[in-house]
Amino acid sequence: MIRSFRSLVPAGGLLPAAALLLAPALALAADDKAKIDSGDTAWMLTSTALVLMMTIPGLALFYGGMVRKKNVLATVAQSFAVVCLVTVLWLIAGYSLAFTAGSTVLGGASRIFMAGLTLDSVHDLAKTIPESVYMCFQLTFAIITPALIAGAFAERMKFSAMLWFIGLWSLVVYAPIAHWVWGGGFLGDWGVLDFAGGTVVHINAGVAGLVCAMVLGKRKGYGIENMAPHNLVLSVIGASLLWVGWFGFNAGSAGAANGSAGMAMAVTQFATAAAALTWMFAEWMSRGKPSVLGVISGAVAGLVAITPASGFVTPTGSLVIGLVAGLVCFWGATVLKHALGYDDSLDAFGVHGVGGFAGAILTGVFAVEAIGGTGKKGLIDGNAGQVLTQLWGALVCIAWCALATFVILKIVDALIGLRVTSEEEIEGLDINLHGETVH
Amino acid sequence: MKLVMAIFKPFKLDEVRDALTELGIQGLTVSEVKGFGRQKGQTEIYRGAEYAVSFLPKVKIEVVIEDPLVERTVDAIRKAAGTGKIGDGKIFVTPVEQAVRIRTGESGADAL
Repeated sequence: MIRSFRSLVPAGGLLPAAALLLAPALALAADDKAKIDSGDTAWMLTSTALVLMMTIPGLALFYGGMVRKKNVLATVAQSFAVVCLVTVLWLIAGYSLAFTAGSTVLGGASRIFMAGLTLDSVHDLAKTIPESVYMCFQLTFAIITPALIAGAFAERMKFSAMLWFIGLWSLVVYAPIAHWVWGGGFLGDWGVLDFAGGTVVHINAGVAGLVCAMVLGKRKGYGIENMAPHNLVLSVIGASLLWVGWFGFNAGSAGAANGSAGMAMAVTQFATAAAALTWMFAEWMSRGKPSVLGVISGAVAGLVAITPASGFVTPTGSLVIGLVAGLVCFWGATVLKHALGYDDSLDAFGVHGVGGFAGAILTGVFAVEAIGGTGKKGLIDGNAGQVLTQLWGALVCIAWCALATFVILKIVDALIGLRVTSEEEIEGLDINLHGETVH
Repeated sequence: MKLVMAIFKPFKLDEVRDALTELGIQGLTVSEVKGFGRQKGQTEIYRGAEYAVSFLPKVKIEVVIEDPLVERTVDAIRKAAGTGKIGDGKIFVTPVEQAVRIRTGESGADAL
């Protein structure tokens, strides 16, 4: 994200031109030098809070409502614990590995334990806000990505194994991929467009979820027992919080309170509504009823797919992205999953993996220079090659994510085991892992 | 005395209660129950996963009455609870040996 930011901020018009004539050296220096903007800072503080709200309570409720009653607390506990764990790891090493200067593959060690972070620090990618704000904003993305994976292994993973897996994944998978795309790595250099994390967050979490679902295996009784969601009202509240929080996620990824942020907010709203309606009508036509779970799933699918595109596309582009996202994610969660037979409990892959991939490719189709800034253009703006660039970016992330996720899971499995015992699984994770029940 | 036990669709409870009150019946017991009959179950679909719900929610009322009232009670319940569609439920009538009001110790028909 933020990559489009520098090209948007330098103001055009007469005043800078005049300044340039009068004192060129001074004007250049001022342009290059960090200058904290209180409006930008206020918006980014707000965005950070909004994105944290997406995970707790947004995602916790979204997932918590979809599981069976015996596993509600275990599911919300995963979201909450991931917030705490990733935060501490971010302080220790995650931020430094993702967002400081290093190689094109991994960041450096200059911010290990937040060394050198002061009141006056400013990050090169966001020169109008304090680095502390930028760092916290990025942290909330580092949090929600692994929290999303939990949807794939819900109702059967040991809490201890989940902590080990997520901790390692955060440093080995998330930090490098964030660096590749946003932090000065090779995918950013290739010109991969990912405004707010379609690849870094959603493809990444979705693919990791798919690998988890396959390595852990199906839940006991999958396909035989009734595994209906225990309280979809919680899921509706969760999906609504995700939607609202996503304004911080996408519009915040402009890195400033400006026109790019405003347009990102607009296209986010359009794509989400379009995808929700598409899923709803697709389900209505194919299965007879427009389900509540369907319409909220469609909304999340739209949010996911517009994420990489949100700083680059027009409202019309976002409408098409929403329509496509609603259809392909409906297919991913209702047809693909059952055809391939893996138990992605809450459709982390079906919605985030499939929707993220569709969004990444469609960004390459619908990006226009008039929105994204110089050089940020896709197929409809005469740059067909961008579609391939997007595809390569996605495939590189998928490859590293799948491989590393698999290895981490195997290591954790060998050391402490990934799954609860079948007795614990049948009785429920809440009482067995946490010693509590919801009612 | 007879025990009339009726199992029917939950949304008909108020109409049944009104119909029985009109007959002068002074009390009944209601339970929420689940079961199946010829209506079988329903299907719920969550993101393409279909679950057969084999037990449907019904209400069960139990009311004890004097013998002469049986026919009218059964009729009243049938009229009030019926929709003409499958799944309307059933009524059972069984003899009752004794009834006692706990507060006063009255027994037999006086306790009803």
